[in-house]
Amino acid sequence: MANPHTNQPAHVKHYFVSSEQQFDAAKMGMWLFLVTEILLFSGMFVAYTIYRSWHPETWMALSTALDWKLGGLNTLVLLASSFTVAMGINQIQRGNQKGLLLNLILTFVFAGVFLVVKYFEYSAKIEHGLLPGAAFDPHGISHGFDYATYNVPYGPQFFSIYFVMTGIHGFHVLVGMGLFAWITWKAKNGAFSAEYYTPVENCGLYWHLVDIIWIFLFPLLYLI
Amino acid sequence: MSHSAPGLNYLNHSKGFKSWALTLDHKRIGIMYMVAVSLAFLAGGILAILVRLELLGPGETIMGPDAYNQSFTLHAVLMVFAFIIPAIPAVMGNFVLPIQLGAKDVAFPRLNLASLYIYLIGAVIAMMALVNGRIDGGWTFYAPYSTSIGNGILFVTAGVFVMGFSSILTGLNFIVTVHKMRAPGLTWNRLPLFIWSIYATSIVQVLATPVIGITVLLLFLEKAFSIGIFDPALGGDPVLFQHFFWFYSHPAVYIMILPAFGVISDLMGTFSRHQVSGYKFVALSSVAIAFLGFLVWGHHMFVSGQSAVSSVVFSLITYLIGIPTGVKVINWVQTMYKGSVQLKSPMLYAIMFLFTFSIGGFTGIILGVLAIDVHLHDTYFVVAHFHYVMMGGNVIAALGGLHYWWPKMFGKMYNETLAKIAAFLVFFGFNLTFFPQFIMGAQGMPRRYYDYLPQYEFYHALSTYGSWVLAAGLFLIMFYMIASLINGKKAGLNPWGALTLEWTHTTTPPDHHNFHDTPVVTRGAYDFHLAKHLFEHGGEVTELDLGGDGSAATPEEAPVPNEPVA
Repeated sequence: MANPHTNQPAHVKHYFVSSEQQFDAAKMGMWLFLVTEILLFSGMFVAYTIYRSWHPETWMALSTALDWKLGGLNTLVLLASSFTVAMGINQIQRGNQKGLLLNLILTFVFAGVFLVVKYFEYSAKIEHGLLPGAAFDPHGISHGFDYATYNVPYGPQFFSIYFVMTGIHGFHVLVGMGLFAWITWKAKNGAFSAEYYTPVENCGLYWHLVDIIWIFLFPLLYLI
Repeated sequence: MSHSAPGLNYLNHSKGFKSWALTLDHKRIGIMYMVAVSLAFLAGGILAILVRLELLGPGETIMGPDAYNQSFTLHAVLMVFAFIIPAIPAVMGNFVLPIQLGAKDVAFPRLNLASLYIYLIGAVIAMMALVNGRIDGGWTFYAPYSTSIGNGILFVTAGVFVMGFSSILTGLNFIVTVHKMRAPGLTWNRLPLFIWSIYATSIVQVLATPVIGITVLLLFLEKAFSIGIFDPALGGDPVLFQHFFWFYSHPAVYIMILPAFGVISDLMGTFSRHQVSGYKFVALSSVAIAFLGFLVWGHHMFVSGQSAVSSVVFSLITYLIGIPTGVKVINWVQTMYKGSVQLKSPMLYAIMFLFTFSIGGFTGIILGVLAIDVHLHDTYFVVAHFHYVMMGGNVIAALGGLHYWWPKMFGKMYNETLAKIAAFLVFFGFNLTFFPQFIMGAQGMPRRYYDYLPQYEFYHALSTYGSWVLAAGLFLIMFYMIASLINGKKAGLNPWGALTLEWTHTTTPPDHHNFHDTPVVTRGAYDFHLAKHLFEHGGEVTELDLGGDGSAATPEEAPVPNEPVA
């Protein structure tokens, strides 16, 4: 498996001096990318903070419109998926390719569960007109509750921020599923070993960030 | 170079469309960026000439107000997002940075190629605004006006969002490359100053660009779904948009100017045959500017209704930026004073830069003064100021860098006499175009206006005449650069007698892999006091070190740098 020109393992690209240099470079690149992700979300968190501080009564009234049970379930699902991806890295560091594969599949499934739950949440909001901006029009009665009571001033801003933040977060979950599908396929073909597991490590870092952002979104939107 | 087949280099070691379109070679990617960025500059430049032509006299000259508004807006969008931001980092950074580091490529060559295609896709999406509605009101897209003018804004925001990814990937790639791929012995204190400033630029690209990403995304959603974050009619806050926008777009000014500082530092050292004075100060002032650049965005909003306290704080921090910038300018002058200056065409641009950039910088301080800004806000004074910084800074430095690295890129010398004539035309035309704008701006001529009072006619006419001279100079450059590719004199290995690795350790043009053996660095990038020794004997510098000034046929004819003054 060695590269005949450089006497390096086959996974080391020719422009790197060593496997360690390549791994360090990839990991540093991933951390920088995560910084850009945080800054992308920071704009939305700033918008959240400003509108919340201007209209706290709207936020208090409308956070009850979000289903904290489903949000809490999704929090648990994402935490579990963060655990499985960390376990996957742990397994491949010990050279256990089967353990890696199992954990990657579990992570993929958890990510899918998260999106399914999100789908039901979104459907309920859309059904009752709890929509962003100009489309905001709460209506309908469900379980004896009249949704028209959510028609408060600056309600559109709350649901704009809710849909934009959770929407962009959901998009990241979708991208994560794509990534896990890709590395699961590679893992199935035995591409990773205790010496080389850089993509697993980096996808794991990405996934932890997606998880952490949700950890902030959940209380800010659903609980307070 | 002695190991591979003679005559083979990165340009000719493989042939065909795919060998370019799918290349992972940072040098080829740099060249392709150069073509793309030059086309954007050409398109933006033609629009600028049309805008100036319209302003030649009061009333309608060549186009109606609608076409005029769209022309200057498109000029700005093209120049800012498709030209200046990628210009020096993506072209010269790509070509030179890995070689100056002694690396065979950047850390992530695939991302590097991806960034090129993402940039192209973004530029095409932005251009689609032309056929899918209109885009006017300036490149700042202030809400709510920008969301009220038809669907063109959807394409421009999407294009800017996509081009932002390209910028992030380039910056990320360079940061990791500088940290992880330096040759043995190349310590931070030995890095060429070009690397230092590209490094500082990359930090700004990585930290600021995501914010414009989310800003234009929110603006896109505002237009598409009326989400009411920025539109006051829906309960949103337009000042929030301005904060978001300038949080990126002020640091973006340093994405534009920091690489220019790097080019100028390299030119000053090489053509003064002298260690760049205050090396550490010049290096770290780039980082200081990158840092301070994040804290001054509010100076664009003195009249937008932000609190008086914020305005005072932003104004004071704006003054602070003058300090690291002044450190650089003074050290460049000091380098020339202590050195022996060779007035080759790249150095002409470096000296030109000292004038034009200093005027741009000082007028920036003037605009940072609260009371004066209220008078000068949105006048031609601002237009002149940022053209002196962006064109007089970035473009002049880019031209200097282009003339400096051109022989290395293509192995051909351009016509030095024509280059000097063009440099003069550019300098004269540039000042004639933009200096009158300071005067009419101070007298109250508002920016972006289609028509004006007769009292401004003289200055507008001068400005338009200047734009013709400037265009003549730029087209002359295009002409002799292309001509040099066809029948230019063959360039030597080190026509300027420079001491950075791309000149001392690679062939001309460089080998596909840059180096066959990773170089070991034992000296600083500007140790010209060692040059006599280096050019005479081996040292770490091998048979490649022929020295010379481009006109010298043999190393013996090449000028020998002065002994250092104690």
